[in-house]
Amino acid sequence: MTLQTLLEIKSLSVDYGSASGAVHAVDDVSLTLERGQVLGLAGESGSGKSTLAYAITRLLNPPAVITNGEILYYGRKNADAAAPVDILDMSRSELRTFRWSELAIVFQSAMNALNPVMNLEIQITDVIKAHNPGLSASARRGRALELLRLVGIAPDRLRSFPHELSGGMRQRAIIAIALALAPEIIIMDEPTTALDVVVQRDILSQILALRTEFGFSIIFITHDLSLLLELADKIAIMYAGRIVELATREEIYRQPRHPYTRGLLNSFPTLHGPRRRMSGIPGSPPDLRSVPPGCAFHPRCPYAFDACPKIVPALLDIPTGKTTPNALVACHLYDPALNPEGAESVLNAQSNDHTDAAPPPQVELSASSDAGGEQ
Amino acid sequence: MQVTNLTDQNIDSASILSSAKGRKRTIVGVLTSNPKIAVGVGIVAFFVLTAIAAPLLTPYDPNATIVTGSLPPSAAHIFGTTGLGQDMFAQIVYGARVTILIGFTAAIGSTLLQVFFGLTSGYFGGIVGDALNLFINVFLVLPGLPLAIVLASLASANAATNNNEAVIALVLLFTTWAYGARVLRAQTLSLKERDFVAAARATGEGTLHIIFAEILPNEIALVAATFVGTFVYAVGAEVALEFLGLGNTSQASWGEILYWAQANSALIIGKWWQFVPAGLCIAFLCAGLAFINFGIDELANPRLRVERSRHRRVLPKKNKAVAP
Amino acid sequence: MRHLLRRVGFYLVALWAAVTFNFIIPRLMPGDPAEAYIAKLQGQHVTRQEMDAIRQLFGVNPNVPLWRQYLDYLNGLLHGNLGISTSQFPTSVLDVLRQSLPWTMGLVGVALIVSFISGTLVGMIIAWRRGSWYDTAIPPILTFLSAVPYFWMALALVYVFGVGLNWFPSNSGYDVFNVTPGWNSDFIVSVAQHAILPVITLVIGSLAGWVLTMRNTMLTTLSEDYVMMAQAKGLPERRVMFNYAGRNAILPSITSFSISLGLVVSGSLLTEIVFNYPGIGYALYQAVQADDYALVEGCFLVIALAVLIANFLAELVYTLLDPRVRRGGS
Repeated sequence: MTLQTLLEIKSLSVDYGSASGAVHAVDDVSLTLERGQVLGLAGESGSGKSTLAYAITRLLNPPAVITNGEILYYGRKNADAAAPVDILDMSRSELRTFRWSELAIVFQSAMNALNPVMNLEIQITDVIKAHNPGLSASARRGRALELLRLVGIAPDRLRSFPHELSGGMRQRAIIAIALALAPEIIIMDEPTTALDVVVQRDILSQILALRTEFGFSIIFITHDLSLLLELADKIAIMYAGRIVELATREEIYRQPRHPYTRGLLNSFPTLHGPRRRMSGIPGSPPDLRSVPPGCAFHPRCPYAFDACPKIVPALLDIPTGKTTPNALVACHLYDPALNPEGAESVLNAQSNDHTDAAPPPQVELSASSDAGGEQ
Repeated sequence: MQVTNLTDQNIDSASILSSAKGRKRTIVGVLTSNPKIAVGVGIVAFFVLTAIAAPLLTPYDPNATIVTGSLPPSAAHIFGTTGLGQDMFAQIVYGARVTILIGFTAAIGSTLLQVFFGLTSGYFGGIVGDALNLFINVFLVLPGLPLAIVLASLASANAATNNNEAVIALVLLFTTWAYGARVLRAQTLSLKERDFVAAARATGEGTLHIIFAEILPNEIALVAATFVGTFVYAVGAEVALEFLGLGNTSQASWGEILYWAQANSALIIGKWWQFVPAGLCIAFLCAGLAFINFGIDELANPRLRVERSRHRRVLPKKNKAVAP
Repeated sequence: MRHLLRRVGFYLVALWAAVTFNFIIPRLMPGDPAEAYIAKLQGQHVTRQEMDAIRQLFGVNPNVPLWRQYLDYLNGLLHGNLGISTSQFPTSVLDVLRQSLPWTMGLVGVALIVSFISGTLVGMIIAWRRGSWYDTAIPPILTFLSAVPYFWMALALVYVFGVGLNWFPSNSGYDVFNVTPGWNSDFIVSVAQHAILPVITLVIGSLAGWVLTMRNTMLTTLSEDYVMMAQAKGLPERRVMFNYAGRNAILPSITSFSISLGLVVSGSLLTEIVFNYPGIGYALYQAVQADDYALVEGCFLVIALAVLIANFLAELVYTLLDPRVRRGGS
């Protein structure tokens, strides 16, 4: 099945102006999102992943500035227009129409994302009303009830206020609101981080079930790479505002290429696969006001060599096989001009990966399991 | 008048000071880096210096009758003269001493009360805390100026307490402490849950030590802000009481100048110079203090700050990131 | 509901405190205001009954134990015994208050509504348009205006508009010479005219407080996630500003209403004095000048009572606006 491009981010750069100079929160990022795909964005705090997500709908406030780039949106499946439109060039009213009906966001903390003084019904229906003014009040209410059913919230909760709902319910509520206009893309910014593990699982399987039913694409932002290995089709790893690796989940799992990715994977235990020694990544993410020269990761990298502090690595294409897309890595180890020995020899000297094991299966909802029955 | 917005916000004094250190600056450096504080301090310093240097600024005795009647400003009397023939400028600069001193004394005393009641009512739970809280709230809700008027007016019945500036200061002290106490109480309530308090308790520190040596230092910024706020309020209330004739009518101060001006119906007969200088001085002094407080607000709450790029303009003109 | 009952209880306690304060202070003061007061009345034609009422208020009878005096005092209050006014003899204090109160309530009421509504609107808008020229200019100007003492502002307005330009009347509540009080249009127009300058004085003095409080809470609210989500939803700008940001930002203003009210009341006292406006403040001023302690205390009680009621109403409004407090919060 050929994948259709839905969203194309080209060379996006976002700066935060401050008294001491510009901070590059997002630095020359290019990404593609296909229809029906789950794209994972992984990275530590301050890597720029949330900034990137909010930049897509131009939700950033001053002092953030988009200094460069294009974000091309290819429109709905059945739209006639062949040419994509640059979101960054949209007028106010175009942007307002675009928002939520094409692209919705699920925020990290539902408690903070819900207006505390409005009940749930109003928060669901006001967006419907804003985009479909012709719809009657009872039709809107009907849609709201339908959305609650989809996410597994009891209908008698329609008029509740956010503080009257449990944490899990609140998260489901903002997922329901996100679905209100049946968008093509949903950006999920750490949607389950604030919840306990059991509720996390529920919510995640709910999300994937809805995706299967409605076919929207997801950009899933998290610091938890192990989660993405189960959820995402494609994963982008970000560090200090740049993408350092971009590959399918199988590739990331089987053969993590960037030393940072390898470090991240070694930081999480898995239930599958052979036992191995865990190691973290020494040091901490850089302060974006003083990013290390050359490769931003080099102070923490166990494989750094003399080129690393000098030259900023560009994303290199690495073939992975005839039928699979290339992996992209921003690391000098993979540049034959700078590292003639090749990456494998350097990495295998300290190797710890599990190329033979199969990656964990992607979380699916099978017909026999209990779907949507939770409260 | 609104003098500060540090109501129930939790002010992290430690973070203000540590961010100052982070930028390799002293407290003075931090204070002058914020334009609002700098302007406010400048204005207040100006008046304080004027008050101190009063004898150097004018040859006249403020209480001496120099001419007959009220004369408009001239070369000899740059602010004109009062209805009793006293030099207005002399009254203003000497009066600055009285006004500022009374306000300052009342503010200091009030702040002591605020710290005491605020911290104790916040730290102690149970009946004691509730009772103290009730006490604060009752004083808070009773209107301050009318209360002060009643007190001052009853005090004037007695020859010993009549025409006494100390009485005014006491009255102000008594009626202005409640607001600051509530603010400090709110901050103490949240601070007492922190680990360093539990640690102090665990090492056997006495209660008084915990309250005043552990918790109080963390609230210094808030105490400073409420002190300034109390100062403004005290000056305003003091001037009001004097205007009503409840102050010392034989001693020059800014409020007394206005009292005499009103008594002489100065406005109706067009002698504006009896009113304008004193009023403007009061306004500028209070505005200066209010600016200091707004500056402290901005230091404490980063969201209120407007980041200004001091160096070359780093941001491009068209900002696509901003959502319309 | 329980929450409300607790608040009612609190306000009753505060009222009790005000009443007790009025009882204790004259008895604590050095010298004896009571004696001076009685002495003033001796020269007048006072009935035995009225004399006893005064004694009750000030406790000039040393034979009666203090707690008994206190009970008598409270009992008297409930029956409306607030004493006789020496400065407006032979009117009872209660009657003086009854005549003055409506003027003050009208003045303060109108000024509060105008300054609250316009203040919070302006504060909301300049916060929304943060960084614009008016956001930079307006707060400092308002700060300065609010630092000017109320009565000075009043005097300045009297001078410029009343005496100088003669656009608006600057004396009394209505035209005492030409108009008779009553529900006739002449009177009403006259009242309105005479109210203009005092109301403007109060509004200018209190506007800054509302604007700056609203602006600051609005700036904090604007960085909340739910405002960002409202924008992400593509809602019209007005809806985001009013219903999402404004509705939440206004809550602290209502909480601080009690403080602002206290300030406006103080301001109105002084404004009335300058304009000779026949309200409670003016009555208080005249009482102070004449050492009419019974009236001084009576005015204080009325003012305290009005402030307490207004605060209670503000709390009610807050409960209506913030669903989190309705069931005791989460």
